[in-house]
Amino acid sequence: MKFNKLTKSAVVLSVAAVLAVPTYAVSSANAAASASTWTSAKQAGGIAKIAAACKKEGQLNVIATPVDWANYGEILDNFKKKYKVKIDSNIPDGSSQDEIDQANALKGTKRSPDVFDMGTTVGYEYIDTHYAPYKVTNWKKIPANLKDAQGRLTPNYTGVLAIGYDGALGTITKLDDLLDPKFKGVVALNGDPTKASAGLNGLFMTSLATGGTLDDISKGVEWFKKLKAAGNFINVDPNTATIDSGQTRVVFDWTYNHKSHQDRFKAAGKSWKTFTPKGAEIGSWYNAGVSPWAPHPACARLWMEFIYSPAGSNSWAKGGASPVIWPMMIKDKTASKAAIAVIGSGTGVARVASADQLAAANTYLVANWAAAVGTR
Amino acid sequence: MKLSMPGKIFRAFIIFVTGLYLLGPLYGMLDFSTKPLGLEGGRTLRAWSAIGKNPDVASSLIASFSIAIVVMLLIFLLVVPTVIWVHLKLPAFRRPMELICLLPLAIPGIVIVVGIAPLYRWISINVSESPVSLSGVYAMLILPYTYRSLSAALDLVDVATLAEAARTLGASTMRTIFGVVMPTIRSGIMSGVVISLALVLGEFTISALLAFDTLQVVIYLLGRQDGKIAVAVALSALLFVFAILFAIPTTKRQRVILDADVA
Amino acid sequence: MTQSQIARAGSSTGTGSRFWRNKKAYVGILPFLVLTGLFLIWPTINVVYGAFFTEEGKFSLDYIINTIQKEAHWIPFLNTLKISFWTSIVGGLIGALFAWAISTGKPDGIGRRFVLAAGGVLAQFGGVMLAFAFFATFGFNGFVTTFALKFSETSFLASPDWLYGLFGLGVVYTFFQIPLMFIVFLPAVENLKPQWSEASQSLGGTSKDYWFRIGFPVLFPSFLGGILLLFVNAFSAYATAAALISQGTIITPLDIGSALSSEVGGASAPLAKTLSLYMVTVVVIVMALYSLLRKRVSKWENTK
Repeated sequence: MKFNKLTKSAVVLSVAAVLAVPTYAVSSANAAASASTWTSAKQAGGIAKIAAACKKEGQLNVIATPVDWANYGEILDNFKKKYKVKIDSNIPDGSSQDEIDQANALKGTKRSPDVFDMGTTVGYEYIDTHYAPYKVTNWKKIPANLKDAQGRLTPNYTGVLAIGYDGALGTITKLDDLLDPKFKGVVALNGDPTKASAGLNGLFMTSLATGGTLDDISKGVEWFKKLKAAGNFINVDPNTATIDSGQTRVVFDWTYNHKSHQDRFKAAGKSWKTFTPKGAEIGSWYNAGVSPWAPHPACARLWMEFIYSPAGSNSWAKGGASPVIWPMMIKDKTASKAAIAVIGSGTGVARVASADQLAAANTYLVANWAAAVGTR
Repeated sequence: MKLSMPGKIFRAFIIFVTGLYLLGPLYGMLDFSTKPLGLEGGRTLRAWSAIGKNPDVASSLIASFSIAIVVMLLIFLLVVPTVIWVHLKLPAFRRPMELICLLPLAIPGIVIVVGIAPLYRWISINVSESPVSLSGVYAMLILPYTYRSLSAALDLVDVATLAEAARTLGASTMRTIFGVVMPTIRSGIMSGVVISLALVLGEFTISALLAFDTLQVVIYLLGRQDGKIAVAVALSALLFVFAILFAIPTTKRQRVILDADVA
Repeated sequence: MTQSQIARAGSSTGTGSRFWRNKKAYVGILPFLVLTGLFLIWPTINVVYGAFFTEEGKFSLDYIINTIQKEAHWIPFLNTLKISFWTSIVGGLIGALFAWAISTGKPDGIGRRFVLAAGGVLAQFGGVMLAFAFFATFGFNGFVTTFALKFSETSFLASPDWLYGLFGLGVVYTFFQIPLMFIVFLPAVENLKPQWSEASQSLGGTSKDYWFRIGFPVLFPSFLGGILLLFVNAFSAYATAAALISQGTIITPLDIGSALSSEVGGASAPLAKTLSLYMVTVVVIVMALYSLLRKRVSKWENTK
């Protein structure tokens, strides 16, 4: 019977397909159990021990870690090359909240994220529940006021909010230059400021540059309203594609994100410039943490050691970010020449908004942003 | 149907304008993916030739295809027989079934993930972490299209008489459904099934949020590194599905078996 | 033999009582109910259930009652209804006309196969890539925009702002609505028997008579069904809107996405679930209205 033959062959085909699709490698339960108790390299018996355990695990699951953000692409590649493990990247454009949600949704599976890269606000909301304490070898070199005493969440890098733009548009010397008609329909913020850290800090920067303060960002919102009314501001998330296609030729974003655009434009014979209004420098720390139910706990901890060592941190600096161990690297001369060429050998960082200022700004934006720039 | 001259012009106009609108953005993708990186003009096949070199694309293609096969099986062996069964034996269930079959469209992908994540967590831990488990939720996404084309086909064919005739000739219920009714409404089934291939290869939100590496997830990751390669992969996936659908022979106009017009 | 034994023996037209026959019929849909129960019904209930609780887990109708009253949420909801309505009507009409146009061609020709395959592919084409295809066409460096700029700097197509609002989103939605209507409606048009138009002609009717008295009435239920499908399809579309309008919450699916995600705190799962509850409710209402309409219209349908 024609139908039955079809059914039979289809069943065989699908069973074969199910078996052929590679499932994730089974990691030994015992090894995982012991690695997840390590709170420092010393306690684990040395980094070489961690590396060996990681080799057995064979994979690292990262989340919300785009390759073109703060030169993470280079860090991921170097980690892969050095320790010969696979890296699986989940929801690269996810927010910090998405990272927590994914960790919850995938808890107990082998696809669950191993490590986090968290914004400060959301990160600390879950400080008691979602991180396994781990103090990296360079723990003592990290300022006490920035890190969690138990080592659950550790700051990793910061930057400065800057306006990046296509060099073909000329040179910007002050914020109000952007109100010019030549910028019609090409100015974008990296992220909705009620949701994204870069967007929010873009408002802080604009507020500082227009005579406002970190406590009161109303002047910043007013300025964006003007920008929108002029037809210059578009409600689009800029990324590599939108920048290359010319859709977003002016972008408010972290310096470390502008760096990758600068490199790409230079390679194509164009230029991407950056500008930060004087006195309006603002930064924000991201933080790294290890998941308590990481399916690859040894690799998670190895990753932590890697990024908090010059091997990893130099890539951040090359990408325009300021690693938290940069003062140590300058002092020990482990900062690479290429890195110093990008961020200089100064060890100061831009001021950071306090938790209260962040909360107040968020409240104000939730009430006023959509109306100001017409996102509804 | 014979068309008068105005009819013919109108017809040509519709086909031309609609075709232009639908093919335009596809040409836009081709245009973008063949542009060189710099400012110089001309065309390049750099992005297209890079497709074959990427191992992630190959493995995700295999994964997505496996899912598609399992989904098609679920349609053939479970959904279609059930719809026929309801049509024949449980007319009272028709309205609830229509609602169930339309429900997947009512819920955005992100909401489906919120609701279904616990189930998939259980499946990943206790059954398998393979992406093929996505076929469960994908079969639900196909339901609205499958049901619509099936019920349209069933409305036209006099299934009740057909089934009665088969039964009086001694066919069992299974035989009636699979051997008699299903071949008759083959065009309705096929149009629902071929959409499943396009849907599975085009779905992104659910597989990304459940952390499975299907084709669209890989395309998206590629896009972060190189927009042109991502667009080239996406366009080639579209052309590939098109080629498969084109190759499936369309059935001849179904002659209703009991239609007295048939000579 | 007992009644149950008689019912189970032999074919399904057993001589068991009506009671037993109905029970057995329900067994047939059991696998389907299990599959949909697991992968569809239960997740929906799971989500909708969360709308009745606050973040802390307390039972509360606050979210359900208050959310829709906030401008931040009823404006996107209205927009969602608007865009679904318009793209289903416009996409439905164009798709239906296109289906008619194709149906007048050769049924087994290459052209038919080409269009059917293309329709199947394009009906499912959405998300990031569709948005990007439109950027590459009507966006700032899009080939249509570049072309239009050569002719007139002020023409509509030369300034792409329109693409990034509700109108632009609607235009992008019709891109997959048209093929969807085409695929779904074509079988209905194909089944307009040529005998009917011949009969109408031989009775002295014009083409207009044929369409208004026979063609449209016969096609109306399928047309309505297609529109309904398109409406619900546009209603819940998320990935395309998220890619095109990456900031702001211009429609409810984006509002839901925004409620789930955040970098600076402020995500709210109950809010997301409440909005989902609203969406499911709308679909149920639309379905009920459709059922009512079908009952009315079925007087015109061929009886079997």
